[in-house]
Amino acid sequence: MKAIRLPESEKPIPGLSVSTNQGLLQWISSVDHKQIGIMYLWLSVLFLVMGGCEILLVRLQLVVPNNDFLDPEVFNQLFTMHGTTMIFFVAMPAIFGFNTYLVPLMIGANDMAYPRLNAFSFWLTFFGGLMLYFSFLAGGAPDAGWFNYAPLNQYNYSSSPGIDYYCSSLLIAGIGTVSASANFIVTILKYRVGTMSLKHMPLFVWMVLINSFLILAAFPALNAALAMLLLDRQLHAHFFTAIGGGSAILWQHLFWLFGHPEVYIVILPIFGIFSEIFPVYSRKPIFGYNFIIGSGMAIALLAFGVWIHHMFATGLGNTVNGFFAASSMLIGIPTGVKIFNWLATMYGGAIRFKVAMMFAVAFLVEFTIGGLSGISFAIIPIDWQLTDTYYVVAHLHYVFIGGTLFGLLSGLFYWFPKISGRIPDERLSKWFFWLFVISFNLTFLVQHALGAMGMARRVYTYPDFAGWGTLNLISTTGGFLMGISIGLLVYILVKAIRKGVQAPADPWDASTLEWTTSSPPELKNFDQVIPVNSTRPFRDFKRPDDAD
Amino acid sequence: MAGYLCLISNGQSIFEVASPEAEKIRALTYGFLIAAAGVMLLIVLLTIYISVKFRAKATSVEPIQIKGNRKVEILMVGFPLVLVIGFFFWSIKTMREVLPPHGDGPPDIIITGHQWWWEAVYPGSKVVAANEIYLPTGKRLLIELNAADVIHDWWVPALGGKMDLIPGMVNHLWVTINKPGTYEGTCSEFCGQQHAWMRIRVVAQSPEDHEQWLQAHSQRTELPMGTLALEGKALFMKASCSNCHSVQGTIATGGEGPDLTHFASRKTMLAGMMDNNPENVYKWLTDPQKVKPGSHMPRFIFAKDSIAALTAYLTQLK
Repeated sequence: MKAIRLPESEKPIPGLSVSTNQGLLQWISSVDHKQIGIMYLWLSVLFLVMGGCEILLVRLQLVVPNNDFLDPEVFNQLFTMHGTTMIFFVAMPAIFGFNTYLVPLMIGANDMAYPRLNAFSFWLTFFGGLMLYFSFLAGGAPDAGWFNYAPLNQYNYSSSPGIDYYCSSLLIAGIGTVSASANFIVTILKYRVGTMSLKHMPLFVWMVLINSFLILAAFPALNAALAMLLLDRQLHAHFFTAIGGGSAILWQHLFWLFGHPEVYIVILPIFGIFSEIFPVYSRKPIFGYNFIIGSGMAIALLAFGVWIHHMFATGLGNTVNGFFAASSMLIGIPTGVKIFNWLATMYGGAIRFKVAMMFAVAFLVEFTIGGLSGISFAIIPIDWQLTDTYYVVAHLHYVFIGGTLFGLLSGLFYWFPKISGRIPDERLSKWFFWLFVISFNLTFLVQHALGAMGMARRVYTYPDFAGWGTLNLISTTGGFLMGISIGLLVYILVKAIRKGVQAPADPWDASTLEWTTSSPPELKNFDQVIPVNSTRPFRDFKRPDDAD
Repeated sequence: MAGYLCLISNGQSIFEVASPEAEKIRALTYGFLIAAAGVMLLIVLLTIYISVKFRAKATSVEPIQIKGNRKVEILMVGFPLVLVIGFFFWSIKTMREVLPPHGDGPPDIIITGHQWWWEAVYPGSKVVAANEIYLPTGKRLLIELNAADVIHDWWVPALGGKMDLIPGMVNHLWVTINKPGTYEGTCSEFCGQQHAWMRIRVVAQSPEDHEQWLQAHSQRTELPMGTLALEGKALFMKASCSNCHSVQGTIATGGEGPDLTHFASRKTMLAGMMDNNPENVYKWLTDPQKVKPGSHMPRFIFAKDSIAALTAYLTQLK
């Protein structure tokens, strides 16, 4: 058995009479994975509010046809910042928050393999985000969309420094992401408690492991593209301009070579979260443990063979398009299979509808909507009609919100007692659940119809065509209700932290190692770890007569 | 799915088609929607059934611990696989029908996307149109697509399909129009500040009418003009207008902005942003950046009567 490593508790600062275990300094100087995980989560909430405010302004502009509430210039900056923020500074930090907090606890370790690298990764993400937002003060935020297509991203078409900030900040955050992934891989492979074999690892940890490899392979494509774009803009390198011998389409290849795997990067750990939650609240083991790992690996591999489905309208030809249509449809299968796995897990169970489980069950339906509409883009002729319309906007939000955010919220309500030591108000949390689910569907369901009715996305205004105004009004109303529900969530969390009921170590009768420690865990996670002989060690421990 | 049921016909929906290409895509779309609705129904019913049936009760004991079932797993993969294979072949077939290789034949029309307007050149005639594009019905037309600056995307839903216009690349699209009429479309790839106002209007005419239109429009405009209009014309040629715009038969041969030879015959201006009438032309010339911020038409500081003269000239270019 490997020695359990101890985290550092405090350090005196030379020449000063303060020590790093005080107040804010304790957080800033922390190398403890739990504190870093919590900082990632708060960072995500902070940017969620920013990205949310941006999109509410956008929705306000679109509330009626021919509106002139916002200038097109401002509008384009706002939707660009919304997309960039939500992907890189909300979804990624939230997922990394869960990963960083939970992985060591779930594998019976006391910290990450490289605690200082862990802190370094967080602070790079933090400063990357700050830098992106500094662009507002530095002469204009990026305005060419989060996808930032060439040659619109070139200096002649976007001369404010926004896109330079986009490149630099995403590069910085990207280095943090890659280093964090390396840290997860080493931690998972080398720091599991002695008796935990790979086949006994919690599915969440499995998904983080697969995901980390996915990041190591995908992010270099983005980082290279960003560096090339900076060279184009600063030194006139012409990687992406046809006039200088470059290619506008090269940007799209590099961007989506990262960008499509990115979609799976923000959903694989979520699949892991659900694979923890469904069994616990159904009082059953997960259905098809090996199957879920296998489909996770299949998704990770296929993720690199689907990027051209973002480019079916670029004229690459039927042969190339056909190949990528096939792979795009194939990736739908392991993704869809998981839905059946979770349904089968619930089947025959004794399901407890706590808020976390409510989000998990709602996810099954919402994510299916997003998955099915996704298939319509793999069917190329349908893509030729619907790509770059509001149908895509609806689709991607059913995946990112109906999938990623529902998973994060489910995970939040599941692990909140462990992280904070408090139980959130159940009645208010259920209010939040219903308000959020209803307003989410109100916002995005109608956008499928808007797209089919011909409304292109990324337009700052639109003519008064029959039906467009009404559907946009419904969508905007839904958007503001979502905003209110997020406000309610923040209230619930703050209230719970301040005066929530003290949480026991194991409030949900769960099966994995993190529930064997106190809530919240001490700085040193474990004094000793219970033996691990199955995927549900804690359940074995509690029910030795009926062990797996 | 509910969205489709309340679909309202508005001239730009993918379900109101006017070409065999769009019809084929619509058939595939219907097929997909039916299959998707079936899968959706299955998942929703299963979710509701399982949630209600297996809800924990006060009397619940720990359920039987089933860890998997090979047969169910095979079914989980097999069922979607069969669906997907079916749609793959259907979609490849449709693709080949809608967008077969174009060979070396000359295009029937050459479209160039600019920030933020469309240029249409009719090979074999001297006609150059902008934004409102006239096409004949009943013939399979090969459209050549180019971009002058950034990436744009041609999309007229009733005529089926999108195609990007990419700098440094030449793309093609096949279009057949069933019946005369006006078909609305728009640029659907984000192309900068005024992406919203880069609308397309295809005016489909019977082949005879189209021939006549081509004839009429290959002539330069020669109209008896009033004093004001002639004053406007002189100003147009002398001021910077003629550097960027063409009016056939005059010294104005600029290629940056739309060709204005038959400007007054267009129903809308500024790529579908507003109706083409003297008030709007006057407003536009007074301060282009206020009307369409970001557009590449600079603000010239003209005196009011100069603007009136220019307006009089432009609105006579039928």
